[in-house]
Amino acid sequence: MKLPIYFDYSATTPVDPRVAEKMIECLTMDGNFGNPASRSHLYGWKAEEAVETARRQVADLLNADPREIVWTSGATESDNLAIKGVAHFYQKKGKHIITSKIEHKAVLDTCRQLEREGFEVTYLDPDKDGIIQPQAIADALRDDTILVSVMHVNNEIGVINDIAAIGEITRAKGVLFHVDAAQSAGKVEIDIAAMKVDLLSLSAHKMYGPKGMGVLYVRRKPRVRLEAQMHGGGHERGMRSGTLATHQIVGMGEAAAIAKAEMHQEHERITTLRKRFWDGLTGMEEIFLNGSEGQRYIGNMNVSFNYVEGESLLMSLKDLAVSSGSACTSASLEPSYVLRALGLSDEMAHSSIRFSIGRFTTEQDIDEAVAEIRTAVSKLRELSPLWDMFKDGVDLSKVEWVHH
Amino acid sequence: MAYSEQVIDHYENPRNVGKMNDSDENVGTGMVGAPACGDVMRLQIKVSDEGIIEDAKFKTYGCGSAIASSSLVTEWVKGMSLDEAQELKNTTIAEELALPPVKIHCSVLAEDAIKAAVADYKEKRAKK
Ligand SMILES: Cc1ncc(COP(=O)(O)O)c(C=O)c1O
Repeated sequence: MKLPIYFDYSATTPVDPRVAEKMIECLTMDGNFGNPASRSHLYGWKAEEAVETARRQVADLLNADPREIVWTSGATESDNLAIKGVAHFYQKKGKHIITSKIEHKAVLDTCRQLEREGFEVTYLDPDKDGIIQPQAIADALRDDTILVSVMHVNNEIGVINDIAAIGEITRAKGVLFHVDAAQSAGKVEIDIAAMKVDLLSLSAHKMYGPKGMGVLYVRRKPRVRLEAQMHGGGHERGMRSGTLATHQIVGMGEAAAIAKAEMHQEHERITTLRKRFWDGLTGMEEIFLNGSEGQRYIGNMNVSFNYVEGESLLMSLKDLAVSSGSACTSASLEPSYVLRALGLSDEMAHSSIRFSIGRFTTEQDIDEAVAEIRTAVSKLRELSPLWDMFKDGVDLSKVEWVHH
Repeated sequence: MAYSEQVIDHYENPRNVGKMNDSDENVGTGMVGAPACGDVMRLQIKVSDEGIIEDAKFKTYGCGSAIASSSLVTEWVKGMSLDEAQELKNTTIAEELALPPVKIHCSVLAEDAIKAAVADYKEKRAKK
Protein backbone atom coordinates (compact mmCIF):
# COMPACT_ATOMS: atom_id res chain seq x y z
CA MET A 1 0.00 0.00 0.00
CA LYS A 2 1.34 3.41 -0.99
CA LEU A 3 1.41 5.86 1.93
CA PRO A 4 -0.12 8.24 2.62
CA ILE A 5 -3.31 6.82 1.12
CA TYR A 6 -4.81 9.29 -1.32
CA PHE A 7 -8.17 10.66 -0.15
CA ASP A 8 -8.10 13.97 -1.96
CA TYR A 9 -9.69 13.26 -5.35
CA SER A 10 -11.58 16.55 -5.14
CA ALA A 11 -8.27 18.42 -5.14
CA THR A 12 -6.95 16.54 -8.12
CA THR A 13 -6.96 13.06 -9.60
CA PRO A 14 -4.03 11.07 -10.91
CA VAL A 15 -3.92 10.74 -14.68
CA ASP A 16 -5.46 7.43 -15.73
CA PRO A 17 -2.67 5.25 -17.21
CA ARG A 18 -4.76 4.83 -20.40
CA VAL A 19 -4.82 8.62 -20.70
CA ALA A 20 -1.10 8.98 -20.06
CA GLU A 21 -0.40 6.48 -22.82
CA LYS A 22 -2.33 8.54 -25.38
CA MET A 23 -0.64 11.74 -24.25
CA ILE A 24 2.84 10.30 -24.61
CA GLU A 25 2.07 9.58 -28.26
CA CYS A 26 1.79 13.31 -28.95
CA LEU A 27 5.15 14.61 -27.84
CA THR A 28 8.25 13.38 -29.58
CA MET A 29 9.56 13.36 -33.13
CA ASP A 30 8.12 9.86 -33.62
CA GLY A 31 4.78 10.99 -32.29
CA ASN A 32 1.98 13.36 -33.17
CA PHE A 33 3.83 16.54 -32.20
CA GLY A 34 2.70 18.91 -34.96
CA ASN A 35 1.00 22.25 -34.56
CA PRO A 36 -2.72 21.65 -35.10
CA ALA A 37 -2.88 25.05 -36.81
CA SER A 38 -0.30 24.10 -39.45
CA ARG A 39 -2.32 23.76 -42.64
CA SER A 40 0.50 23.08 -45.02
CA HIS A 41 1.70 19.59 -44.07
CA LEU A 42 0.83 16.20 -42.66
CA TYR A 43 2.17 16.95 -39.16
CA GLY A 44 -0.35 19.73 -38.75
CA TRP A 45 -3.21 17.76 -40.26
CA LYS A 46 -2.57 14.78 -37.98
CA ALA A 47 -2.41 16.98 -34.90
CA GLU A 48 -5.60 18.73 -35.93
CA GLU A 49 -7.31 15.39 -36.39
CA ALA A 50 -6.30 14.32 -32.88
CA VAL A 51 -7.57 17.61 -31.44
CA GLU A 52 -10.89 17.26 -33.24
CA THR A 53 -11.30 13.67 -32.06
CA ALA A 54 -10.77 14.88 -28.50
CA ARG A 55 -13.24 17.71 -29.06
CA ARG A 56 -15.84 15.15 -30.07
CA GLN A 57 -15.03 13.02 -27.02
CA VAL A 58 -15.59 15.93 -24.65
CA ALA A 59 -18.71 17.02 -26.54
CA ASP A 60 -20.07 13.45 -26.25
CA LEU A 61 -19.58 13.48 -22.50
CA LEU A 62 -21.81 16.56 -22.30
CA ASN A 63 -24.14 15.61 -25.18
CA ALA A 64 -23.02 18.82 -26.88
CA ASP A 65 -21.93 19.83 -30.38
CA PRO A 66 -18.13 19.67 -30.84
CA ARG A 67 -18.25 23.26 -32.16
CA GLU A 68 -19.36 24.33 -28.68
CA ILE A 69 -16.12 23.17 -27.04
CA VAL A 70 -13.37 25.77 -26.45
CA TRP A 71 -10.01 24.52 -25.14
CA THR A 72 -8.52 26.40 -22.18
CA SER A 73 -5.80 25.86 -19.60
CA GLY A 74 -8.21 24.73 -16.89
CA ALA A 75 -11.41 25.56 -15.08
CA THR A 76 -9.89 28.72 -13.63
CA GLU A 77 -9.36 30.10 -17.13
CA SER A 78 -12.76 28.82 -18.27
CA ASP A 79 -14.47 30.60 -15.37
CA ASN A 80 -12.57 33.80 -16.13
CA LEU A 81 -13.33 33.62 -19.84
CA ALA A 82 -17.01 32.88 -19.27
CA ILE A 83 -17.68 35.54 -16.66
CA LYS A 84 -15.42 38.34 -17.88
CA GLY A 85 -16.15 37.44 -21.49
CA VAL A 86 -19.91 37.79 -21.00
CA ALA A 87 -19.63 40.83 -18.73
CA HIS A 88 -17.46 42.70 -21.21
CA PHE A 89 -19.52 41.74 -24.24
CA TYR A 90 -22.97 42.42 -22.78
CA GLN A 91 -22.19 45.36 -20.49
CA LYS A 92 -24.33 47.70 -22.51
CA LYS A 93 -27.31 45.49 -21.69
CA GLY A 94 -26.67 45.58 -17.98
CA LYS A 95 -24.03 45.32 -15.31
CA HIS A 96 -25.54 42.99 -12.76
CA ILE A 97 -24.28 39.45 -12.09
CA ILE A 98 -25.63 36.83 -9.68
CA THR A 99 -23.50 34.11 -8.11
CA SER A 100 -23.26 32.34 -4.76
CA LYS A 101 -21.09 32.68 -1.68
CA ILE A 102 -19.80 29.13 -1.98
CA GLU A 103 -18.40 29.25 -5.50
CA HIS A 104 -14.78 28.36 -6.15
CA LYS A 105 -12.32 31.25 -5.87
CA ALA A 106 -11.94 31.19 -9.64
CA VAL A 107 -15.51 32.49 -9.84
CA LEU A 108 -15.54 34.65 -6.70
CA ASP A 109 -12.32 36.49 -7.44
CA THR A 110 -13.33 37.01 -11.05
CA CYS A 111 -16.54 38.61 -9.79
CA ARG A 112 -14.55 40.76 -7.36
CA GLN A 113 -12.47 41.99 -10.27
CA LEU A 114 -15.61 42.88 -12.22
CA GLU A 115 -16.89 44.80 -9.19
CA ARG A 116 -13.72 46.88 -9.37
CA GLU A 117 -14.59 47.53 -13.02
CA GLY A 118 -18.01 48.83 -12.07
CA PHE A 119 -20.18 45.74 -12.25
CA GLU A 120 -22.56 44.87 -9.45
CA VAL A 121 -22.54 41.33 -8.07
CA THR A 122 -25.10 39.60 -5.83
CA TYR A 123 -23.61 36.76 -3.78
CA LEU A 124 -26.41 34.41 -2.75
CA ASP A 125 -26.42 32.40 0.47
CA PRO A 126 -26.90 28.65 0.17
CA ASP A 127 -29.49 26.97 2.37
CA LYS A 128 -28.24 25.05 5.42
CA ASP A 129 -27.63 22.00 3.23
CA GLY A 130 -25.36 23.98 0.93
CA ILE A 131 -27.82 24.12 -1.95
CA ILE A 132 -28.49 27.28 -3.96
CA GLN A 133 -32.26 27.29 -4.19
CA PRO A 134 -33.54 28.09 -7.72
CA GLN A 135 -36.12 30.36 -6.12
CA ALA A 136 -33.32 32.44 -4.59
CA ILE A 137 -32.00 33.04 -8.12
CA ALA A 138 -35.45 33.97 -9.39
CA ASP A 139 -35.82 36.47 -6.55
CA ALA A 140 -32.44 38.06 -7.20
CA LEU A 141 -32.91 38.59 -10.95
CA ARG A 142 -33.20 42.22 -12.06
CA ASP A 143 -33.78 43.95 -15.37
CA ASP A 144 -30.08 44.67 -15.66
CA THR A 145 -28.91 41.13 -14.77
CA ILE A 146 -26.79 39.73 -17.58
CA LEU A 147 -25.32 36.58 -16.06
CA VAL A 148 -25.92 33.96 -13.38
CA SER A 149 -22.97 31.79 -12.37
CA VAL A 150 -23.62 28.78 -10.11
CA MET A 151 -21.50 25.70 -9.67
CA HIS A 152 -22.78 22.19 -10.34
CA VAL A 153 -20.98 20.23 -7.61
CA ASN A 154 -19.31 22.10 -4.78
CA ASN A 155 -15.62 21.30 -4.37
CA GLU A 156 -15.59 21.37 -0.58
CA ILE A 157 -18.83 19.72 0.40
CA GLY A 158 -19.85 17.89 -2.78
CA VAL A 159 -23.48 19.03 -2.86
CA ILE A 160 -25.21 19.15 -6.25
CA ASN A 161 -27.19 22.17 -7.36
CA ASP A 162 -30.31 21.78 -9.48
CA ILE A 163 -28.81 23.19 -12.65
CA ALA A 164 -31.77 22.22 -14.85
CA ALA A 165 -34.20 24.15 -12.65
CA ILE A 166 -31.98 27.24 -12.52
CA GLY A 167 -31.58 27.11 -16.31
CA GLU A 168 -35.34 27.23 -16.79
CA ILE A 169 -35.48 30.42 -14.76
CA THR A 170 -32.57 32.20 -16.43
CA ARG A 171 -33.58 31.24 -19.98
CA ALA A 172 -37.13 32.46 -19.42
CA LYS A 173 -35.68 35.85 -18.44
CA GLY A 174 -33.12 35.96 -21.22
CA VAL A 175 -30.23 35.94 -18.75
CA LEU A 176 -27.11 33.92 -19.55
CA PHE A 177 -26.25 31.01 -17.25
CA HIS A 178 -22.71 29.82 -16.52
CA VAL A 179 -22.00 26.61 -14.60
CA ASP A 180 -18.68 25.62 -13.05
CA ALA A 181 -18.77 21.85 -13.57
CA ALA A 182 -15.14 21.16 -12.68
CA GLN A 183 -16.18 18.83 -9.86
CA SER A 184 -19.05 17.09 -11.61
CA ALA A 185 -17.96 16.37 -15.16
CA GLY A 186 -17.37 12.68 -15.68
CA LYS A 187 -18.86 11.84 -12.30
CA VAL A 188 -22.40 13.13 -12.48
CA GLU A 189 -24.47 12.99 -15.65
CA ILE A 190 -24.52 16.27 -17.60
CA ASP A 191 -26.89 16.44 -20.56
CA ILE A 192 -26.35 19.90 -21.91
CA ALA A 193 -29.01 19.39 -24.59
CA ALA A 194 -31.61 18.94 -21.87
CA MET A 195 -30.36 21.75 -19.64
CA LYS A 196 -30.61 25.43 -20.42
CA VAL A 197 -27.00 26.14 -19.61
CA ASP A 198 -25.15 28.66 -21.80
CA LEU A 199 -21.59 28.26 -20.57
CA LEU A 200 -19.95 25.43 -18.65
CA SER A 201 -16.42 25.10 -17.26
CA LEU A 202 -14.52 21.82 -17.10
CA SER A 203 -11.13 20.83 -15.77
CA ALA A 204 -9.21 17.80 -17.03
CA HIS A 205 -7.34 17.11 -13.80
CA LYS A 206 -10.50 16.44 -11.83
CA MET A 207 -11.45 13.63 -14.22
CA TYR A 208 -8.21 11.64 -14.50
CA GLY A 209 -6.77 13.85 -17.22
CA PRO A 210 -3.78 16.20 -17.08
CA LYS A 211 -3.44 19.40 -15.06
CA GLY A 212 -3.30 22.66 -17.00
CA MET A 213 -6.12 21.63 -19.32
CA GLY A 214 -9.75 22.63 -19.41
CA VAL A 215 -12.74 23.39 -21.54
CA LEU A 216 -15.32 26.10 -21.76
CA TYR A 217 -18.56 24.95 -23.34
CA VAL A 218 -20.12 27.88 -25.21
CA ARG A 219 -23.66 27.37 -26.49
CA ARG A 220 -24.38 27.98 -30.20
CA LYS A 221 -28.19 27.97 -30.12
CA PRO A 222 -29.18 30.39 -28.74
CA ARG A 223 -25.82 31.86 -29.49
CA VAL A 224 -23.62 33.15 -26.68
CA ARG A 225 -21.10 35.88 -27.44
CA LEU A 226 -17.90 36.42 -25.48
CA GLU A 227 -15.18 38.99 -25.50
CA ALA A 228 -11.86 37.14 -25.71
CA GLN A 229 -9.55 37.47 -22.72
CA MET A 230 -6.51 36.09 -24.53
CA HIS A 231 -5.63 37.70 -27.81
CA GLY A 232 -3.34 36.37 -30.52
CA GLY A 233 -3.62 34.01 -33.45
CA GLY A 234 -7.40 33.78 -33.31
CA HIS A 235 -7.55 30.11 -32.32
CA GLU A 236 -10.78 28.57 -31.06
CA ARG A 237 -12.90 30.85 -33.24
CA GLY A 238 -11.25 33.88 -31.74
CA MET A 239 -12.38 33.10 -28.23
CA ARG A 240 -9.07 31.81 -26.94
CA SER A 241 -5.82 32.31 -28.80
CA GLY A 242 -2.76 30.19 -28.25
CA THR A 243 -1.26 27.15 -29.95
CA LEU A 244 -3.32 24.13 -28.99
CA ALA A 245 -1.52 21.74 -26.64
CA THR A 246 -2.17 18.54 -28.55
CA HIS A 247 -0.98 16.14 -25.84
CA GLN A 248 -3.05 17.86 -23.15
CA ILE A 249 -6.12 18.00 -25.35
CA VAL A 250 -5.79 14.36 -26.36
CA GLY A 251 -5.48 13.52 -22.66
CA MET A 252 -8.63 15.38 -21.80
CA GLY A 253 -10.49 13.77 -24.68
CA GLU A 254 -9.46 10.28 -23.64
CA ALA A 255 -10.32 11.06 -20.01
CA ALA A 256 -13.78 12.19 -21.12
CA ALA A 257 -14.30 9.07 -23.23
CA ILE A 258 -13.33 6.79 -20.34
CA ALA A 259 -15.50 8.76 -17.90
CA LYS A 260 -18.50 8.44 -20.19
CA ALA A 261 -18.00 4.72 -20.80
CA GLU A 262 -17.41 3.86 -17.15
CA MET A 263 -19.53 6.42 -15.30
CA HIS A 264 -22.24 4.01 -14.19
CA GLN A 265 -20.03 1.19 -13.00
CA GLU A 266 -17.74 3.69 -11.30
CA HIS A 267 -20.68 5.30 -9.56
CA GLU A 268 -21.72 1.92 -8.20
CA ARG A 269 -18.23 1.10 -7.02
CA ILE A 270 -17.78 4.42 -5.27
CA THR A 271 -21.21 4.15 -3.70
CA THR A 272 -20.17 0.84 -2.16
CA LEU A 273 -16.92 2.34 -0.87
CA ARG A 274 -18.72 5.31 0.58
CA LYS A 275 -21.13 3.03 2.41
CA ARG A 276 -18.22 1.04 3.77
CA PHE A 277 -16.66 4.25 5.05
CA TRP A 278 -19.83 5.41 6.81
CA ASP A 279 -20.55 1.97 8.20
CA GLY A 280 -17.03 1.98 9.59
CA LEU A 281 -17.66 5.22 11.44
CA THR A 282 -21.05 4.17 12.82
CA GLY A 283 -21.29 4.51 16.53
CA MET A 284 -18.83 7.39 16.82
CA GLU A 285 -20.43 10.23 18.72
CA GLU A 286 -20.74 13.80 17.49
CA ILE A 287 -19.72 13.36 13.88
CA PHE A 288 -21.59 15.19 11.17
CA LEU A 289 -21.69 15.11 7.39
CA ASN A 290 -21.56 18.68 6.07
CA GLY A 291 -23.94 19.51 3.25
CA SER A 292 -27.02 17.79 1.94
CA GLU A 293 -27.19 14.07 2.59
CA GLY A 294 -29.20 13.19 -0.52
CA GLN A 295 -28.27 15.83 -3.07
CA ARG A 296 -24.55 15.23 -3.35
CA TYR A 297 -21.77 13.64 -5.33
CA ILE A 298 -21.04 10.41 -3.49
CA GLY A 299 -17.24 10.59 -3.74
CA ASN A 300 -17.06 13.56 -1.38
CA MET A 301 -17.42 13.21 2.37
CA ASN A 302 -16.91 16.40 4.32
CA VAL A 303 -17.14 15.45 7.96
CA SER A 304 -16.97 17.47 11.16
CA PHE A 305 -15.61 15.70 14.23
CA ASN A 306 -16.99 17.85 16.99
CA TYR A 307 -14.61 18.89 19.81
CA VAL A 308 -11.56 17.95 17.77
CA GLU A 309 -9.56 20.60 15.96
CA GLY A 310 -9.00 19.91 12.26
CA GLU A 311 -5.32 20.63 12.00
CA SER A 312 -4.38 18.35 14.87
CA LEU A 313 -6.62 15.72 13.33
CA LEU A 314 -4.77 16.08 10.04
CA MET A 315 -1.53 15.61 11.95
CA SER A 316 -2.86 12.39 13.47
CA LEU A 317 -4.14 11.09 10.18
CA LYS A 318 -0.65 11.14 8.81
CA ASP A 319 -1.14 8.09 6.64
CA LEU A 320 -4.12 9.68 4.90
CA ALA A 321 -3.83 12.44 2.33
CA VAL A 322 -6.94 14.51 3.10
CA SER A 323 -7.76 18.18 3.28
CA SER A 324 -9.08 20.25 6.13
CA GLY A 325 -11.91 22.75 6.24
CA SER A 326 -9.91 24.71 8.70
CA ALA A 327 -7.44 27.11 7.20
CA CYS A 328 -5.56 27.34 10.48
CA THR A 329 -2.30 26.78 8.70
CA SER A 330 -2.51 30.34 7.46
CA ALA A 331 -2.05 33.08 10.00
CA SER A 332 -5.66 34.11 9.63
CA LEU A 333 -7.26 31.29 11.65
CA GLU A 334 -10.22 31.62 9.32
CA PRO A 335 -12.29 28.52 8.89
CA SER A 336 -13.57 27.63 5.43
CA TYR A 337 -15.85 30.28 3.89
CA VAL A 338 -17.99 27.50 2.42
CA LEU A 339 -18.71 25.87 5.77
CA ARG A 340 -19.31 29.26 7.33
CA ALA A 341 -21.85 30.09 4.61
CA LEU A 342 -23.75 26.94 5.57
CA GLY A 343 -24.13 28.46 9.01
CA LEU A 344 -21.72 26.07 10.72
CA SER A 345 -20.26 27.38 13.94
CA ASP A 346 -16.58 28.23 13.75
CA GLU A 347 -15.64 25.26 15.88
CA MET A 348 -17.58 22.85 13.71
CA ALA A 349 -15.89 24.32 10.66
CA HIS A 350 -12.53 24.03 12.41
CA SER A 351 -13.15 20.36 13.05
CA SER A 352 -13.97 19.38 9.49
CA ILE A 353 -12.04 17.12 7.15
CA ARG A 354 -12.79 16.44 3.51
CA PHE A 355 -12.35 12.83 2.43
CA SER A 356 -12.74 12.39 -1.30
CA ILE A 357 -12.49 9.04 -3.01
CA GLY A 358 -12.27 7.99 -6.63
CA ARG A 359 -11.26 5.58 -9.32
CA PHE A 360 -8.26 4.06 -7.57
CA THR A 361 -9.61 3.89 -4.01
CA THR A 362 -9.82 0.33 -2.67
CA GLU A 363 -11.76 -1.34 0.13
CA GLN A 364 -8.49 -1.79 1.95
CA ASP A 365 -7.87 1.97 1.74
CA ILE A 366 -11.26 2.60 3.31
CA ASP A 367 -10.69 0.12 6.13
CA GLU A 368 -7.32 1.66 6.87
CA ALA A 369 -8.83 5.13 6.95
CA VAL A 370 -11.65 4.11 9.26
CA ALA A 371 -9.23 2.54 11.72
CA GLU A 372 -6.98 5.59 11.67
CA ILE A 373 -9.86 8.02 12.09
CA ARG A 374 -11.24 6.10 15.06
CA THR A 375 -7.89 6.03 16.82
CA ALA A 376 -7.07 9.67 16.12
CA VAL A 377 -10.44 11.06 17.12
CA SER A 378 -10.56 9.19 20.41
CA LYS A 379 -7.00 10.21 21.22
CA LEU A 380 -7.71 13.87 20.50
CA ARG A 381 -10.97 13.82 22.41
CA GLU A 382 -9.09 12.46 25.42
CA LEU A 383 -6.94 15.56 25.05
CA SER A 384 -9.79 17.98 24.47
CA PRO A 385 -11.15 20.15 27.28
CA LEU A 386 -14.21 20.75 25.13
CA TRP A 387 -14.96 17.04 25.01
CA ASP A 388 -14.71 16.94 28.83
CA MET A 389 -17.14 19.81 29.10
CA PHE A 390 -19.51 18.22 26.60
CA LYS A 391 -19.42 14.99 28.62
CA ASP A 392 -20.09 16.99 31.79
CA GLY A 393 -23.15 18.47 30.14
CA VAL A 394 -21.77 22.00 29.81
CA ASP A 395 -23.39 24.07 27.05
CA LEU A 396 -20.37 25.41 25.20
CA SER A 397 -22.32 28.20 23.56
CA LYS A 398 -22.97 29.67 27.02
CA VAL A 399 -19.34 29.69 28.15
CA GLU A 400 -17.58 33.02 28.27
CA TRP A 401 -14.34 32.39 26.44
CA VAL A 402 -11.19 34.33 27.07
CA HIS A 403 -10.32 35.51 23.58
CA HIS A 404 -6.73 36.25 22.87
CA MET B 1 3.12 21.95 6.95
CA ALA B 2 6.28 20.57 8.47
CA TYR B 3 6.42 20.25 12.22
CA SER B 4 9.58 20.30 14.30
CA GLU B 5 10.72 17.11 16.00
CA GLN B 6 9.97 18.63 19.39
CA VAL B 7 6.37 19.43 18.41
CA ILE B 8 5.86 15.95 17.03
CA ASP B 9 7.33 14.40 20.18
CA HIS B 10 4.98 16.32 22.48
CA TYR B 11 2.06 15.77 20.14
CA GLU B 12 2.58 12.04 19.94
CA ASN B 13 3.47 11.59 23.60
CA PRO B 14 1.77 14.44 25.39
CA ARG B 15 2.94 14.80 28.99
CA ASN B 16 0.60 15.33 31.94
CA VAL B 17 -2.72 15.02 30.18
CA GLY B 18 -5.57 15.15 32.62
CA LYS B 19 -7.92 16.99 34.84
CA MET B 20 -7.63 17.96 38.49
CA ASN B 21 -10.42 18.61 40.91
CA ASP B 22 -11.17 22.28 40.47
CA SER B 23 -12.74 22.58 43.90
CA ASP B 24 -9.55 21.46 45.62
CA GLU B 25 -8.13 24.60 47.26
CA ASN B 26 -4.60 23.68 46.24
CA VAL B 27 -5.54 23.61 42.57
CA GLY B 28 -5.43 26.58 40.22
CA THR B 29 -7.10 26.40 36.82
CA GLY B 30 -6.42 28.52 33.75
CA MET B 31 -8.63 28.17 30.73
CA VAL B 32 -7.80 30.36 27.76
CA GLY B 33 -8.68 30.62 24.09
CA ALA B 34 -11.99 30.02 22.36
CA PRO B 35 -13.35 27.23 20.18
CA ALA B 36 -14.12 29.76 17.47
CA CYS B 37 -10.44 30.66 17.24
CA GLY B 38 -9.48 27.02 16.92
CA ASP B 39 -7.78 26.59 20.29
CA VAL B 40 -8.71 26.22 23.94
CA MET B 41 -6.21 25.31 26.65
CA ARG B 42 -7.02 24.21 30.16
CA LEU B 43 -3.97 24.17 32.36
CA GLN B 44 -4.12 23.19 36.02
CA ILE B 45 -1.52 23.34 38.76
CA LYS B 46 -1.42 21.79 42.19
CA VAL B 47 0.47 23.98 44.64
CA SER B 48 2.11 22.89 47.90
CA ASP B 49 1.70 24.89 51.11
CA GLU B 50 5.21 26.23 50.47
CA GLY B 51 4.05 27.75 47.21
CA ILE B 52 5.77 25.23 44.93
CA ILE B 53 3.98 23.72 41.95
CA GLU B 54 3.86 20.01 42.69
CA ASP B 55 1.89 18.83 39.74
CA ALA B 56 0.44 20.17 36.50
CA LYS B 57 -2.12 18.82 34.07
CA PHE B 58 -3.51 20.03 30.78
CA LYS B 59 -6.03 19.40 28.09
CA THR B 60 -5.93 21.28 24.83
CA TYR B 61 -8.23 21.61 21.84
CA GLY B 62 -6.10 22.99 19.06
CA CYS B 63 -3.44 22.32 16.49
CA GLY B 64 -0.34 20.23 17.12
CA SER B 65 1.67 23.28 18.15
CA ALA B 66 -0.93 24.30 20.71
CA ILE B 67 -0.97 20.80 22.18
CA ALA B 68 2.84 20.72 22.27
CA SER B 69 3.07 24.18 23.87
CA SER B 70 0.76 23.24 26.71
CA SER B 71 2.36 19.84 27.19
CA LEU B 72 5.78 21.46 27.44
CA VAL B 73 4.60 24.05 29.95
CA THR B 74 3.19 21.39 32.29
CA GLU B 75 6.61 19.76 32.29
CA TRP B 76 8.45 22.98 32.92
CA VAL B 77 6.34 24.40 35.73
CA LYS B 78 6.57 21.33 37.93
CA GLY B 79 8.89 22.24 40.79
CA MET B 80 8.70 25.97 40.09
CA SER B 81 7.53 28.56 42.57
CA LEU B 82 4.48 30.57 41.59
CA ASP B 83 6.64 33.58 40.84
CA GLU B 84 8.91 31.58 38.59
CA ALA B 85 5.94 30.10 36.76
CA GLN B 86 4.47 33.53 36.20
CA GLU B 87 7.64 34.68 34.57
CA LEU B 88 7.58 31.97 31.93
CA LYS B 89 7.79 33.67 28.55
CA ASN B 90 6.14 32.60 25.35
CA THR B 91 9.38 33.23 23.47
CA THR B 92 11.12 30.54 25.51
CA ILE B 93 8.36 28.09 24.66
CA ALA B 94 8.40 29.02 20.98
CA GLU B 95 12.15 28.64 20.89
CA GLU B 96 12.18 25.24 22.56
CA LEU B 97 9.55 23.92 20.15
CA ALA B 98 10.97 25.74 17.10
CA LEU B 99 7.56 27.14 16.29
CA PRO B 100 7.19 28.90 12.92
CA PRO B 101 5.90 32.51 12.97
CA VAL B 102 2.27 31.48 12.22
CA LYS B 103 2.29 29.32 15.33
CA ILE B 104 3.68 31.83 17.79
CA HIS B 105 0.15 32.47 19.06
CA CYS B 106 0.14 28.91 20.45
CA SER B 107 3.04 29.75 22.74
CA VAL B 108 1.34 33.00 23.75
CA LEU B 109 -1.73 31.02 24.68
CA ALA B 110 0.36 28.64 26.80
CA GLU B 111 1.91 31.61 28.62
CA ASP B 112 -1.57 33.05 29.18
CA ALA B 113 -2.75 29.68 30.47
CA ILE B 114 -0.10 29.33 33.14
CA LYS B 115 -0.57 32.96 34.21
CA ALA B 116 -4.32 32.36 34.46
CA ALA B 117 -3.80 29.21 36.52
CA VAL B 118 -1.52 31.02 38.98
CA ALA B 119 -3.94 33.93 39.23
CA ASP B 120 -6.82 31.53 39.85
CA TYR B 121 -4.89 29.79 42.62
CA LYS B 122 -3.97 33.10 44.27
CA GLU B 123 -7.53 34.32 44.07
CA LYS B 124 -8.78 31.14 45.73
CA ARG B 125 -6.23 31.56 48.50
CA ALA B 126 -7.06 35.22 49.02
CA LYS B 127 -10.73 34.41 49.44
CA LYS B 128 -10.03 31.96 52.23
C1 LIG C 1 -15.23 24.01 -8.60
C2 LIG C 1 -13.88 24.31 -9.15
N1 LIG C 1 -13.71 25.31 -10.03
C3 LIG C 1 -12.51 25.60 -10.54
C4 LIG C 1 -11.38 24.90 -10.20
C5 LIG C 1 -10.07 25.28 -10.80
O1 LIG C 1 -9.73 24.39 -11.80
P1 LIG C 1 -8.30 24.38 -12.47
O2 LIG C 1 -7.38 23.82 -11.44
O3 LIG C 1 -8.43 23.47 -13.66
O4 LIG C 1 -7.96 25.77 -12.87
C6 LIG C 1 -11.51 23.85 -9.28
C7 LIG C 1 -10.36 23.07 -8.82
O5 LIG C 1 -9.43 23.49 -8.18
C8 LIG C 1 -12.79 23.56 -8.74
O6 LIG C 1 -12.93 22.59 -7.84
